[in-house]
Amino acid sequence: MIRVVLPAHLRALARINGEVELDVAGQVTQRSVLDALEARYPMLRGTIRDHDGGRRRAFIRFFACEQDLSHEQPDAPLPGPVVAGAEPYLIVGAMAGG
Amino acid sequence: MSGVRVLAGTRKGAFVLTSDGKRERWDVSGPHFAGWEIYHVKGSPADPNRLYASQSSGWSGQVIQRSDDGGATWRPVGNEFRYDGVPGTHQWYDGTPHPWEFARVWHLEPALDDPDTVYAGVEDAGLFRSDDGGLHWQELPGLRGHGSGPSWQPGAGGMCLHTILLDPAEPGRMYTAISAAGAFRSDDAGQTWRPINHGLQSEGIPDPDAEVGHCVHRLAMHPARPSVLYMQKHWDVMRSDDSGDSWHEVSGNLPTDFGFPIDVHAHEPDTVYVVPITSDSQHFPPDGKLRVYRSRTGGDDWEPLTRGLPQENCYVNVLRDAMAVDSLDSCGVYFGTTGGQVYASADAGDSWAPIVRDLPAVLSVEVQTLP
Repeated sequence: MIRVVLPAHLRALARINGEVELDVAGQVTQRSVLDALEARYPMLRGTIRDHDGGRRRAFIRFFACEQDLSHEQPDAPLPGPVVAGAEPYLIVGAMAGG
Repeated sequence: MSGVRVLAGTRKGAFVLTSDGKRERWDVSGPHFAGWEIYHVKGSPADPNRLYASQSSGWSGQVIQRSDDGGATWRPVGNEFRYDGVPGTHQWYDGTPHPWEFARVWHLEPALDDPDTVYAGVEDAGLFRSDDGGLHWQELPGLRGHGSGPSWQPGAGGMCLHTILLDPAEPGRMYTAISAAGAFRSDDAGQTWRPINHGLQSEGIPDPDAEVGHCVHRLAMHPARPSVLYMQKHWDVMRSDDSGDSWHEVSGNLPTDFGFPIDVHAHEPDTVYVVPITSDSQHFPPDGKLRVYRSRTGGDDWEPLTRGLPQENCYVNVLRDAMAVDSLDSCGVYFGTTGGQVYASADAGDSWAPIVRDLPAVLSVEVQTLP
């Protein structure tokens, strides 16, 4: 079970309380986790990655295990503790604006 | 008893303000979509319970929300706005080519006769249409593709398509306006378009007959006389008596003809409202006095409306989509400010009172007249 934490404004949009737990088939990568997340919550499509090619939106960051994964390849395996469900995959809104 | 529902979009959410026909006591609900920018909320003329809202943020982009119960509950619908074909380029501020990039939906215009059909005006300027209640969107590419698109440049607020008017008398006739390209008309339901900017004079454009490049801030029409259009341009208040084929200035005795919104009385096609703003570099009312100006002669002769509006130390702005009229008798007029006030007049502008004073900056105001 993959644990995903969303920023507050996206939790509100998808009407999610707390963490999301996802079953991810096959290799656990950023792409496969986000694909599974968007499949369960279609309203999140386009809000984390753009519709064209799945590029990360500029003010969204991806963290896990105290690492910034935002610039990692989307098909690279996620860290073991995330795959094991010990650590969450964090989708973070960059601190900007007012 | 009849009533009204005012739909206010703000920098940090949407608010629904309701009252009975007296328009004295108001219920306020919101914020809906708290924390998100709500550029526009508008109801369907064909079904007042059907509302559409444009929700966006710099972090997470565009969301379209739809309500089927007058704003009590909402659900996200489609948010994929894909330009038709290869988007091409328009001009950037420095005159260099810049790729067309979708930023947000500025304006949602439900069709007159079908609650599932809705048009969206977007930045970078384009016109989209949904025929399934907002689930899917298709561009009407004839607007960007009619020929002048590569020469369009953004205004200071971005290159936005902010105005969509649907002609109730001529099926298929519609108007759009783009900052800073100008006004456009289609006579075939949005398939083909042509610029309608003859007569506009814009400082900074060396060609006095320039087909495009005019910073049109807003267009308005009275449904009973749709061939007459009013325009608040960057500077100048303009009027057309021939469906936009030509324009003449009707700024008349306004203290300044810079401004953003313009609207027409629901029952008097010659009664027009504007909110003069000091200048393009000072986006607040002259002398710190918030005044709506009304013309009862279709322009040129204007009177200030001040009763109930702050007449000192007021330095707010009223944005282009932040004024609306209801169709009660007498006509109600509404506007919102960047200071978070929404003002209402139940007597066609003679007197005003705030419905709310402390919302986030108001981006848009629409009103529905309910049975």
